[in-house]
Amino acid sequence: MSLQILAVDDSRTIRDMLNLTLNQAGFTPHLADDGVHGIEVLEEMSPPPDAIITDINMPRMDGFGFIEAVRKIEKFRAVPILVLTTESAAELKQRARNSGATGWIVKPFEPKKLVRALQMVTG
Amino acid sequence: MMDEDDPMAEIRASFFVECEELLEALQDGLQIMDDGEADDETINIVFRAVHSIKGGAGAFGLEDLVRFAHQFESVLDGVRSGTIEADRNAISVFFQSGDILGDLVRAARDDDIADESRIQGIMSSLTSMLGADAQEDEAEEDVSDFQPMGLSLDLGLDIGGNDAPALPDLPDPGGPPAPASTVVFEDGYTIHFLPDSSLYASGNEPLHLLRLLREMGDLDVTCDSSTLPSLSELDEEKSYLSWTIHLITDEDEEAVRDVFDFVADLCTLTISGPEKPAPRGPAPDTPPPPTTSDDISTPQDSTSASLNSISTSKAAAALNTNKTPDVKAPPPPASPPSASKKPVAPSSKSNKPRPTVRVDLERIDRLVNLVGELVINQAMISQSVAEAGLQTNSAVSEGLDEFMQLTRDIQDSVMMIRAQPVKSLFQRMSRIVREASSMVGKSVRLKTEGDATEIDKTVIERLADPLTHMIRNAVDHGIESPQDRLAAGKPEEGIVTLSAGHRSGRVIVEVVDDGAGINRERVLQTAIEKGLVAENAELTDSEIDNLLFMPGFSTASEVSDLSGRGVGMDVVKSAILSLGGRVTIQSNPGSGTIFTISLPLTLAVLDGMVINVARQTLVVPLSTITETLTLMGPDIRALGPQTNVIKVRDSFVPLLDLGFELGFRAPLDSYVGSIALLIAQEDGDHAALIVDSIQDQRQVVIKGLQDTFGQVPGVAAATILGDGKIALILDPVDVVANADGRTQPVQSNLQLAG
Amino acid sequence: MSETQNQIDSTEIELLTFQVGGQEYAIDIMSVREIRGWSKATPLPHAPNFVRGVINLRGTVLTIVDLADRLGMGRTDTKERNVIIVVHTGIETVGLLVDAVSDILAVNKSELQPPPEMAADNEQAFVSALMIAGERMVRILALSAALPSENTEAA
Repeated sequence: MSLQILAVDDSRTIRDMLNLTLNQAGFTPHLADDGVHGIEVLEEMSPPPDAIITDINMPRMDGFGFIEAVRKIEKFRAVPILVLTTESAAELKQRARNSGATGWIVKPFEPKKLVRALQMVTG
Repeated sequence: MMDEDDPMAEIRASFFVECEELLEALQDGLQIMDDGEADDETINIVFRAVHSIKGGAGAFGLEDLVRFAHQFESVLDGVRSGTIEADRNAISVFFQSGDILGDLVRAARDDDIADESRIQGIMSSLTSMLGADAQEDEAEEDVSDFQPMGLSLDLGLDIGGNDAPALPDLPDPGGPPAPASTVVFEDGYTIHFLPDSSLYASGNEPLHLLRLLREMGDLDVTCDSSTLPSLSELDEEKSYLSWTIHLITDEDEEAVRDVFDFVADLCTLTISGPEKPAPRGPAPDTPPPPTTSDDISTPQDSTSASLNSISTSKAAAALNTNKTPDVKAPPPPASPPSASKKPVAPSSKSNKPRPTVRVDLERIDRLVNLVGELVINQAMISQSVAEAGLQTNSAVSEGLDEFMQLTRDIQDSVMMIRAQPVKSLFQRMSRIVREASSMVGKSVRLKTEGDATEIDKTVIERLADPLTHMIRNAVDHGIESPQDRLAAGKPEEGIVTLSAGHRSGRVIVEVVDDGAGINRERVLQTAIEKGLVAENAELTDSEIDNLLFMPGFSTASEVSDLSGRGVGMDVVKSAILSLGGRVTIQSNPGSGTIFTISLPLTLAVLDGMVINVARQTLVVPLSTITETLTLMGPDIRALGPQTNVIKVRDSFVPLLDLGFELGFRAPLDSYVGSIALLIAQEDGDHAALIVDSIQDQRQVVIKGLQDTFGQVPGVAAATILGDGKIALILDPVDVVANADGRTQPVQSNLQLAG
Repeated sequence: MSETQNQIDSTEIELLTFQVGGQEYAIDIMSVREIRGWSKATPLPHAPNFVRGVINLRGTVLTIVDLADRLGMGRTDTKERNVIIVVHTGIETVGLLVDAVSDILAVNKSELQPPPEMAADNEQAFVSALMIAGERMVRILALSAALPSENTEAA
């Protein structure tokens, strides 16, 4: 009975690593490779995921767009969303927060920190 | 060797593959920008390519790569946001940066070192482009830190959140008042936590945070619900609750603060540690905590204003460590979805390229081999059937025909599995042109056509070196200097066009330059000086052009940085020949030169003529045979005491005995009535190779020969015939080149031909 | 003194003994891939004399070395009962043409003796050790010496 995590990132390597880390930590990962795909996968998840991890820079729909789109959907309003980003600028975090992000993880991520962050938002 | 038990090693290998794809996308994007056809998305693509490489590189600790990628990314970010202009110079720097990035990727992959000086050079170009914005010490935060946002508390967000905080019970409003907010416990940490509505709106959940605190030690929590209105007045999106938390733990304050990392700016938070001199506590022995004192001051006043009651015992009990709280899962529920889904792999989407599968090259090679076996096997069956004397219209024969057709189809399909677009090879050439032209001070650009043409992977790999050399040559010798070009009325920038396409079952690759063409006088002169050609020889234009391919030709007088290595066009030609290909040259003085390479679609099969010589069966590649002749007496003329030539139409062609040249037997007494194959030479000349008989023409599967005893001259490979026997595949050009030439019976006084 | 020292961990090795040119030789069984009957080889032009040619080994092209010829004992007059021992040296796979295969002996390394130095017979270079098996003297073949790569330039 593991927690379902949706992870969205356009880099195959990062997706592989997230997949590995999440699996090893006992979560069940669902992967998508950009914002549009993320929404598609999300809509098929019932019940909704326990948390979402998303990159910022992605083609078709970037992280901000994705978060905003997610938050617009009623049943996903309260899903914790963690932003995975190499960029540490305060404005970006603010923008992420404005879109509705719950927290952030800095790339490259340490698996322990990722898991901890997930624990922080999913209990 | 990859450790198969280590999934990280696999991901790492996959990362380098992804890098190549990203580098290709980067090149594409830069090319579009260079052509002036870029739109907003183009720069995004370019940015993301570098960004992704950096991201992955960081994960594997590839510092050199990260450092460079970061600088490159920063500049691209500037372009993206409009603060840096992508003019011609900038794009040129970007192209070079892309090259460096590729070098660093490969260096990281192969555990090698990239050229430091070049990297530094480009780095400084990038840094100067960042100009005033360049941060000296880039605040590259220690990647393992979470950073609290530290912004103002009121973000005015009300975009919706939880329906209600997950408390099992609503506490009675208006309980006995008590200065809860002013409580500071003597031991452990005292935490006052008042979430803003925005905290819930962002998907954070106090319950989770409290749980994490509980994991750290002994927790005692008191909830203040004094501001909670009646149900009818309750606004689900507002925050009414706050908590006073007493935590006894061995962890330091930073660890405690970490728990509130994401929400630090979405709540009012005070943490007072045990070491902090409390208003009514004994002075601590331990050193003061490293935290700031701001947290303790003002917020406490504001919280004390809003809180004025102690929670009811029920609420307190609900959050008390001693009881396992009745965990009402906050929406969305924490219970897992009933249908367990497998991790969704990125699937095909409307505007993404067709789905592909990544396959181990070894598996494909094995498949190619097996299909080769299938072809051989089928040939053997055909042979047995033929020998059994079955009628051609019998069921067996017809079935066999169908079988043969199927086999051929399978073979064709399998052969194309290994085919790849030439695009990545052409992109490499783009770089060669950039480097070469800057080294010799010329302005040259590479145009490509037919990037999507697919060629067998092995052919592409083996084409890289000869193509590189031809491109370098085109830049070095083909294209004139800018002054000369202008003087000739040409645009200053020279163009080299690289194109690929399929034509009648072969792949045609052309290297075209719009330079001055071959200087035939110079070439002829050099050839005469080097003794490659007789002084008074009369050669056609085409023959002069082909002198370039002769060994030892390289115009040493024009040694530049590039061509100084002494690699001549003859090496290029033999490399292409060894691929089963041909290369020809066409030149127009003043307008340029065209090199045409014709390649087989795959390396694994060959169209050959099966012949007999000295009771051995051999296969001669069809592509090397110009025509077959039956020798008549008058055609054969003696040249010297040991050698003969034959008359073919208007010219005389050396006559060679294959059986003798291969060491199978001595020259025959007479060759009248013999069959000869007319073999085309590198220089366009021909030679006639005598064979005993011709069996038939068929497609054969190429098998490699081991190098056990060195290279066998004249033999390129082997194949397995229908009877299971091995037949050598001849390299007639090699045989002719090394031929002894004797076609007259050995006399008692042997005189070796010169 | 090559192959026999390859067994680092055990002192026992297994040898395949065979007849070539009327003498008895042996090689470490670990180098042996398979044993097959003789089939006519397709000659390789300009190859050294002791290279008989190539045969089809289940779809691969296998080079056949006439061991007797290689050892200086003259070309083997092949009959149907000749045997090819397919050996793998770590770099290459080659077929050795021999007269017949005898048996497999389990031998303790201590039983192997270095061959005495004798200048006359150039066979010497190919024998890495000697062994007594009953009344027979078995010569342990120095495989890598018998199969040089790149040494012999095809004329």
